[in-house]
Amino acid sequence: MTQVDNIANSLMNGPDDKGHFGLFGGRFVAETLMPLILDLEKSYDEAKADPEFQKELDYLLKYYAGRPSVLYHAERLTEHLGGAKIYFKRDELNHTGSHKINNCLGQILLAKRMGKTRIIAETGAGQHGVAVATVAARFNLPCTVFMGAMDVERQSPNVFRMKMLGAEIRPVTAGRGTLKDAMNEALRDWVTNVDDTFYIIGTAAGPHPYPQLVRDFQSVIGREVREQMMEAEGRLPDSLVACIGGGSNAIGLFHPFLDDKDIDIYGVEAAGRGLDGPDHAASLNGGQPGVLHGNRTYLLQDDDGQILEGHSISAGLDYPGIGPEHSWLKDIGRVNYVSATDKEALDGFQMCSKYEGIIPALEPSHALGFVKKLAPTLPKDHLLVMNLCGRGDKDVFAVAEHLGMNI
Amino acid sequence: MTLKTRIDARFEQLKTENRGALITFVTAGDPTYDVSLEILKSLPEAGADIIELGMPFSDPMADGPAIQLASERALANGQNMIKTLEMVREFRKTEPDTPLVLMGYFNPIYHYGAEKFVSDAKEAGVDGLIVVDVPPEADEELCIPAMKVGLNFIRLATPTTDDKRLPMVLQNTSGFLYYVSVTGITGVNAPDISDVLKNVARIQGQTDLPIAVGFGVKSAEQVREITAGAAGAVVGSAIVREIEANLNEDGSPQEGLAMRVKALISELAQGVRA
Repeated sequence: MTQVDNIANSLMNGPDDKGHFGLFGGRFVAETLMPLILDLEKSYDEAKADPEFQKELDYLLKYYAGRPSVLYHAERLTEHLGGAKIYFKRDELNHTGSHKINNCLGQILLAKRMGKTRIIAETGAGQHGVAVATVAARFNLPCTVFMGAMDVERQSPNVFRMKMLGAEIRPVTAGRGTLKDAMNEALRDWVTNVDDTFYIIGTAAGPHPYPQLVRDFQSVIGREVREQMMEAEGRLPDSLVACIGGGSNAIGLFHPFLDDKDIDIYGVEAAGRGLDGPDHAASLNGGQPGVLHGNRTYLLQDDDGQILEGHSISAGLDYPGIGPEHSWLKDIGRVNYVSATDKEALDGFQMCSKYEGIIPALEPSHALGFVKKLAPTLPKDHLLVMNLCGRGDKDVFAVAEHLGMNI
Repeated sequence: MTLKTRIDARFEQLKTENRGALITFVTAGDPTYDVSLEILKSLPEAGADIIELGMPFSDPMADGPAIQLASERALANGQNMIKTLEMVREFRKTEPDTPLVLMGYFNPIYHYGAEKFVSDAKEAGVDGLIVVDVPPEADEELCIPAMKVGLNFIRLATPTTDDKRLPMVLQNTSGFLYYVSVTGITGVNAPDISDVLKNVARIQGQTDLPIAVGFGVKSAEQVREITAGAAGAVVGSAIVREIEANLNEDGSPQEGLAMRVKALISELAQGVRA
């Protein structure tokens, strides 16, 4: 059990008014963007206080995204692993196939409220890009998605989806052409088009207020779990598990439970080919505090403070940073940050498909890989909730390749 | 800050000469340590009044393609913070007067240790810092430690910095104020100079600091036009492109690269000389 008894105040109060979660977070951006970020913060505070805003968001979450997503008892997996009673939060059933839509609906309503007329976003695997392109189509706003050139090649089905939705895809060749470079390029675009453009960041990172607002929009996941578990079992869960890239699905599940000290919380990072080598994306387990993309957080970096590329079988997790709130939750010991290798994720992917008839995305397959180890060590009356945050249609080609199959 | 720095002295001197400052940017270690040092040493004689030396970073978010590639070249050839400070020490052995400002991003400094960095930089002969991603809201991170050791902390004001925000930007700025001529990244869009000078005049109404203008400035003609209304003009990407144009296909420097860069600086320097 994690000890948080010495912390008097609620763990749900952060960030402070400058956007800090303890040492982490903040606003490390160029002066050109500072006024925009302050403006965004003000608009977000106003929106939060406006019942009409929440009403419109709730409506869209229900009738457009299909929320609430169900809390599903994974009976066969529970039986197979022979320990904890496993529940899946089925966020892969949302419109667009992942939790990303929760945040995008919130941010596009904010963009509209602020009178912005153009949307930009970065994407890695393309799940966030697809969700952004979707809401941009729904609200009739032109949308440009920055995507590393390497990812454009790796994730062609999602590139096509975004194009169908009317988005312009800008392949990024700067740097090494991956997610972090796409984020650099999106920031470069934003700093150039300050008047009309709203940047929809996909993960709970970036300069304040992004980590907070993404968390708030994703926290619908954890709030629903509280209610649904009470309904199903008459009590709260004993443990929570979610995968972590930048950490948006995880913080969405975790945040409403941070003050429930008896609940064990596990964030699963991508250990790639193993934490003992350089080929992983585990910023918390293998990185050090640093400053990138507007916030202080754990980063994969070398001895000179140069940012390293993350590696993971999942293009959605290979980001060298992590949301600042996770960095704080690690340092205070509230959340246990563990990891799963590429191989463990592939095992999780196959296990879930075989025992539950659900093909998961490679991102939550990391969480599944960890559940496979954790669940058997727990008693049968232990209630475990794992966020199944994305569906695996986009990954079938990659998985087939790794398993040596031709499709 | 009470002590007069090399930057203060240089602007005073230029005032008596009744001309503006040519401020030149190159990335430390681009394309190699040795050639970069040769370029650095040649800058004062070529006519650079103040030198900005870029600390290469893997993720230069405020920079356009030219300076991004310069950073990549330098890092690929093994440049790091220790070597950049070493380069400054070498430069100072023969050049006591020309101010040198380190410019870059916060993470390599943070990783080095901010307190240690400002003291090592001062000791090496650095006069000021421009760190793009540390806004006034985070002054205690780097600006205050820099001031304590006697380094000028030069802040950027931009077209989005309105009159209400300006005092905050000016508060702990010293040496000079860097006015960013465009909303955007380095070396891409050309500034509208009459617009820029209007903004410079507006800002000058609130500060006695010299104001230098940069981003998108590439010719002696632009330098002349800008310094008609501002204390200095910064040229970066154009110089870095000259380095890029003098590389072999394998990325190694061509014979005479430093000479050609020096020639470009001399040409730009005509913009601040009659």
